[in-house]
Amino acid sequence: MANTLLDTVWDLHTVRRLPNGETQLFIGLHLVHEVTSPQAFQMLAERGLRVRYPERTFATVDHIIPTDQQQRPYADGMAEQMFAAIEENVRVNDLPFFDRSTGRQGIVHVIGPELGLTQPGMTIACGDSHTSTHGAFGAVAFGIGTSQVRDVLATQCMSVAKPKLRRIEVNGRLSAGVFAKDVILHIIGSLGVQGGVGYAYEYGGAVLDAMSMDERMTICNMSIEGGARVGYVNPDATTEAYIEGREYAPAGDEFQRASKWWRSLASDPDANYDDVVTMDGADIPPMVTWGINPGQVTGVDDVVPSPEALDGPGRATAEEALEHMSLEAGRPMAGVPIDVAFVGSCTNARLSDLEEAARVARGGRVADGVKALVVPGSQRIRAEAEAAGLHEIFQEAGFEWREAGCSMCLAMNPDKLQGRQMCASSSNRNFKGRQGSPTGRTLLMSPAMVAAAALAGEVTDVRRMVA
Amino acid sequence: MSNEAVIDRIVGRGVPVRGNDIDTDRIIPARYLREITFEGLGPHAFEDDRRALNGAHPLDDPRFEGAGVLVVNENFGCGSSREHAPQALLRRGIRAIVGESFAEIFFGNCVTIGLPCLTTTPEHADALQALIEEAPDTELTIDIEAEQVVTDQGAYPAAVPASARASFLTGRWDALGQLLENANDVQATSARLPYLTGFGGGSS
Repeated sequence: MANTLLDTVWDLHTVRRLPNGETQLFIGLHLVHEVTSPQAFQMLAERGLRVRYPERTFATVDHIIPTDQQQRPYADGMAEQMFAAIEENVRVNDLPFFDRSTGRQGIVHVIGPELGLTQPGMTIACGDSHTSTHGAFGAVAFGIGTSQVRDVLATQCMSVAKPKLRRIEVNGRLSAGVFAKDVILHIIGSLGVQGGVGYAYEYGGAVLDAMSMDERMTICNMSIEGGARVGYVNPDATTEAYIEGREYAPAGDEFQRASKWWRSLASDPDANYDDVVTMDGADIPPMVTWGINPGQVTGVDDVVPSPEALDGPGRATAEEALEHMSLEAGRPMAGVPIDVAFVGSCTNARLSDLEEAARVARGGRVADGVKALVVPGSQRIRAEAEAAGLHEIFQEAGFEWREAGCSMCLAMNPDKLQGRQMCASSSNRNFKGRQGSPTGRTLLMSPAMVAAAALAGEVTDVRRMVA
Repeated sequence: MSNEAVIDRIVGRGVPVRGNDIDTDRIIPARYLREITFEGLGPHAFEDDRRALNGAHPLDDPRFEGAGVLVVNENFGCGSSREHAPQALLRRGIRAIVGESFAEIFFGNCVTIGLPCLTTTPEHADALQALIEEAPDTELTIDIEAEQVVTDQGAYPAAVPASARASFLTGRWDALGQLLENANDVQATSARLPYLTGFGGGSS
């Protein structure tokens, strides 16, 4: 029978159908971080429950960790308190904890794959909406709230309705200077920020087939920005090659058996989908957001759209966006001045992201008045980048080279915008206030485009710099 | 679970918060996530929006003080999975949300803390918002069973997905109790997962 990966993985992990019609779904891997877990551990303690599958639960710290000064106790008393809470919770419950002393600390969605924890065919949950990242491996991965973190800690299960499935096929090939980030921004721009509500997204087509795992993670990471809680790519040889040899990956004969199973999970070519959308990779330019949600996006060679050209509810949101951004309809996106450039986040802080940014930054100089920072996604990526000399390229060009963490993506640590600063950012959200200043402004783009903007001091078409 | 947990009807005045794609960063700015409890969140709901409007935000409007029903527009609660967002609203006294549509994780977080979100048409959301703005004392009755919002000006259809509706009406919206019921089935499920059993090679 023609099955999709979603069908197969869902059925395999179904414990039972609950009376309300949802599925009690077994969660194969639970990732925990310091922000959304303390209340969950507290609720567990209040009910006298313990972590049911501690061997399937892994913790790290990423959101609050400072990326410059790392001495404990942290200057920020609240951050120190949260750090102390997760240390106590992992100790009491005997959970593996990747803090800085292990050399494996990093953004939770970066280290899961990096350690080989994330594998095809798993169900994965984490108290963070960007958990969809892990779908790049052919896992079904959910972002969950704190009460559900509690549920998974206590039972290794969650109550969830099976989503519908939309296949998004990106055919052809990408032009030079166009990256995975541009593809997902283009998809969100096309289908809208709530187009994926109720759906899982299966990404495929020649463009996805040709992508590295880093690139597939960038795509799946932002599924939630398109409204889809789950996004995945079918596993293939690229997936296996990435996993082989990693710390928690199966080895030897077990790897051979695992590979065979992983390959069997991929959706059948004649499988049925609730919806199919196709697009051509050649049509995608480098993308930049102009508004206050990731669907408000256009090509770098295009202009800020006019709200009058939009129908219905989009118009009011566009007007609000242009007011917040202080951008005039009709002006070209290229040339919009920036104050800050941020390369980092679970979307784009992997080694290949840093390599692309460094390729642009090499030999250049960050424009006067621009604060530029590069924040690796994990301690390991930082070490690998340093081994390749990337830190020197960045530092010589005037970028700050930081320690691993979520940093300026989300304003829970000292890295924040000030006042009305305009930030070229490789992160995932351009919401009002997202980067720490209520009046701060965010332009989402690829890491290479961020580096280009840092050097030029304004939004710049990276194709002109790497050609 | 006792019948006390049944949520079938919520009665209260309304507060309109207009706008599409209102994300969870706006509902509760990230700086308030640097906490190990949810308790103090209520006063900080919509804090940055309220500051920007300098007293003109509906949540600061004395006419809507004490309102228990939030009336919103499209894609409310998009973005981060932070349960802090519905927790902040709940702790501010919001007991139900009526809107055009809701982001998925936000909606689920609301169910699991007993905060019903009802979906209505753009026309009805707008009419309800206008009604509340004109007559803030209007009492809204949110009827989960009949899936409607009843006012003295008439009733507005407002849908709740079947699973959430069943959860509220049976008082089983907090799933943990049910998930704890069948440890043996959970064990059996884990025992058939290739990646927990050595991929068919025997040992794990």
